[in-house]
Amino acid sequence: MQCITVPLIGAAGAWRDAARGLLSEGVAPGDVLWNAEGQGGAADLFESDRVPAVGAAALTVPRSFIALANTVVFHTDPQRFARLYALLWRLRDAPYLMSDRADPDLAKLRQMEKAVHRCRHKMRAFVRFREIGAPDAPRRSFAAWFEPTHYTLEMNTGFFEGRFADMDWRIVTPDVTAIYEQGRVRLESGQAAPQLPEDASEELWLTYFRNIFNPARLKVNAMTSEMPRKYWKNLPEAAAIPGLIANAPARARAMAAAAPTLPPLRAAAAQAGLARHVSVWADTGAGLEADIRACTRCPLHCNATQAICGEGPKRAALMIVGEQPGDREDLAGRPFVGPAGQLFDKVAAEAGLDREAAYVTNAVKHFKHIPRGRKRIHQRPDAGEVEQCKWWLEAEIARAKPGLIVAMGSTAALALTGSGARIMMRRGSVVRGRMGHDVLITLHPSYLLRLPDAAAKLRATADFRADLALAARLAPSRSAGPSATRR
Amino acid sequence: MTRQTLDQKLAILSDAAKYDASCASSGGTKRNARSGGLGSNTGSGICHSYAPDGRCISLLKILMTNFCIYDCSYCINRVSSNVPRARFSVEEVVKLTIEFYRRNYIEGLFLSSGVIRSPDATMSDMVQIARKLRHEENFKGYIHLKTIPDAAPDLIAEAGRLSDRLSINVELPTDAALSTYAPEKNPGQIRRAMADVRQRREASKERSHTGKRPPKFAPAGQSTQVIIGADASTDATVLTQSTRLYSSYGLRRVYYSAFSPIPDASAKLPLISPPLQREHRLYQADWLLRFYGFDVDEITSVTPDGNLALDIDPKLAWALQHRGLFPLDVNRASRELLLRVPGFGVKTVNRILTTRRHRHLRYEDITRMGASMKKAGAFVTAGGWTPGSLTDSAHLRARFAPPPEQMSLF
Repeated sequence: MQCITVPLIGAAGAWRDAARGLLSEGVAPGDVLWNAEGQGGAADLFESDRVPAVGAAALTVPRSFIALANTVVFHTDPQRFARLYALLWRLRDAPYLMSDRADPDLAKLRQMEKAVHRCRHKMRAFVRFREIGAPDAPRRSFAAWFEPTHYTLEMNTGFFEGRFADMDWRIVTPDVTAIYEQGRVRLESGQAAPQLPEDASEELWLTYFRNIFNPARLKVNAMTSEMPRKYWKNLPEAAAIPGLIANAPARARAMAAAAPTLPPLRAAAAQAGLARHVSVWADTGAGLEADIRACTRCPLHCNATQAICGEGPKRAALMIVGEQPGDREDLAGRPFVGPAGQLFDKVAAEAGLDREAAYVTNAVKHFKHIPRGRKRIHQRPDAGEVEQCKWWLEAEIARAKPGLIVAMGSTAALALTGSGARIMMRRGSVVRGRMGHDVLITLHPSYLLRLPDAAAKLRATADFRADLALAARLAPSRSAGPSATRR
Repeated sequence: MTRQTLDQKLAILSDAAKYDASCASSGGTKRNARSGGLGSNTGSGICHSYAPDGRCISLLKILMTNFCIYDCSYCINRVSSNVPRARFSVEEVVKLTIEFYRRNYIEGLFLSSGVIRSPDATMSDMVQIARKLRHEENFKGYIHLKTIPDAAPDLIAEAGRLSDRLSINVELPTDAALSTYAPEKNPGQIRRAMADVRQRREASKERSHTGKRPPKFAPAGQSTQVIIGADASTDATVLTQSTRLYSSYGLRRVYYSAFSPIPDASAKLPLISPPLQREHRLYQADWLLRFYGFDVDEITSVTPDGNLALDIDPKLAWALQHRGLFPLDVNRASRELLLRVPGFGVKTVNRILTTRRHRHLRYEDITRMGASMKKAGAFVTAGGWTPGSLTDSAHLRARFAPPPEQMSLF
């Protein structure tokens, strides 16, 4: 029988070295007696206290076991080292064991790991420092007394070091003390609770705690499940809890019973000041744009961020009409800025079409979509929605008086010519629109983006480029306004 | 009037801030003070204390001032209220944050404010506090700034660079309710401001052509809050709005805050006891939407009136209406279906999936994986376990619902 005593400070490394030695010597778990320092296990009568030398042979253990062991060694269960070694022993032949959540040995260790993690987290949360040096000293110093459930101070020193690097601090627990001075942490054995000086900031903290509590919603169990009573004795704010609970119902009743009061005198003056302020986000301006932004003609406005008006010179020889704003346009508040808009810009530049001189807009002004998780899935507007929005499109046409309108895609063709069918056959042709304008039908750039086949994409892009070049040629020569055969 | 002490101001301005439910300190960039300064952020939040209302205290949640020129009926700080008023100076907020932080009371600062003078003036004071904390005190803890919806874009841009999280409250579930109870707020402007934050966040993630990364913008994302129970909106309305906000503006969280009595309440909104159970069910439904692959319609179509059942959780309510799908065999069912079993969480499902590669799962195996078999038992089969006729039993709902109570006669 071998007896191994693992120290309290540096337990992870000590256990690991011992376990490696035992494993390389082939010592079965039943032949080892593990002792934890400070937990006074009875010494075995026939023990040999020899620490086995670390074997030269490399040992391969799953990484997840190392993380588990480095946590569980800080548990208070005296059996922790034996349990870990027993699992390590089994892992020799079954390395897949670590992903078997139903194995009872592993389940028990995982449970212990969870308890240690919780304890570590609660220590980070509930340690309360008091200032022990002068507040105006060049390097301030603080101290805390804390009673953790497990031996978690050692695993937390890195956290406190990274957080409170510009001050000296010490955390005293019954088993281990961590002292941080001159940028170094040192661990010593535990001490009794020190007498810490009063700290004025603690009064302010209590004031905050008392006032952030809402007496109308008392949920004591929700509090104690996350902040168990065992921690209360070292939390300054816990002293206020019983009083807050006792007075809460009366305070809530008093709020409900109080009669409404008249507004104070300054209310009117303050509101008058507000009325004078104009927000940069407000819909300023009047006319067509303001009317479009306020549109509620169809239900699409309910889910969109904003209506997207057309952009470009108010009078334009050429007008470009797309389908509807997409995700990017809806957020940015401008038409043709998303992927399809960027493709349009690129092809238009290649075709010699000056986008700045054209009036670009959409057949439908709000983004139609369905929410799916964190994304919005584009949906084609139906004929009813196109019909409702035609009101605005026609108003834009009437204002811009274009010589030629380019209808990109079937929705635009539907709005402008009354039919959105057979776009592939009709593209490249100029037809008479519903308002008597010449309408050049072409593809929508998002169709090009969706084509999976590279060759087809190249062909379609060439067609689209040719149509835009045609538009650039035709537009200046056409007289502004509806062409000769006015209806 | 006598000069208020810091303690008095803190009492007034924390009392005024407590109706905002958000307290999370999670997310954001990982950083620490090893290279100088004070504070760290681990990425997962820490709740440093809990008040008896069950809410966690993670951040120093205060208002810069509770003077306000808006008149929102549900709000304690509305201009027509007679609550005591106070205003912190920039230095006072900075000092409180640093001193609380050094004593490990808090993870950082959650600063909100009533609107004084103008939205821009208010936002610029808040930004000044964040700037001082970050640049003069070299503070590396968490900062959450409430965005004043009407503030100028360059102020919002600076606020986003200084803070971990930005939030703008939508306040009420519908635009109509907002214009009734908060006449000065404009729902369209609030949404445009959220869209603006999302675009800035996305722009901050794109490297320039030289490969240079632009400064981070609100790395912990944006969140919002909806008040529940002040207006007559159903849960279906509330959840539909949340879905819209999550998908449109990439929000990290939508907080639901049960409308709670406030001192000196407005006559327009009679006080009620806060609907805490409803709030709880909404959070559960919110989780189902985000992590369990449920659609809003699936959750809200279970009850005829569009409100979630209060006595049982929404997942159980859905499962009881769709018993035809159950019982599922835990050894065969897909991940999507396992996530729909009441009593199985995301972690349990992941454990089932990894473990069943090694062995045939039995009833006791699943209990060891953290599942609540009291609930799940009626909906799954496993080695050595079948619910038999329990799945289709008429009394199944009664097993889970709390027993009916006699209403108080007085």
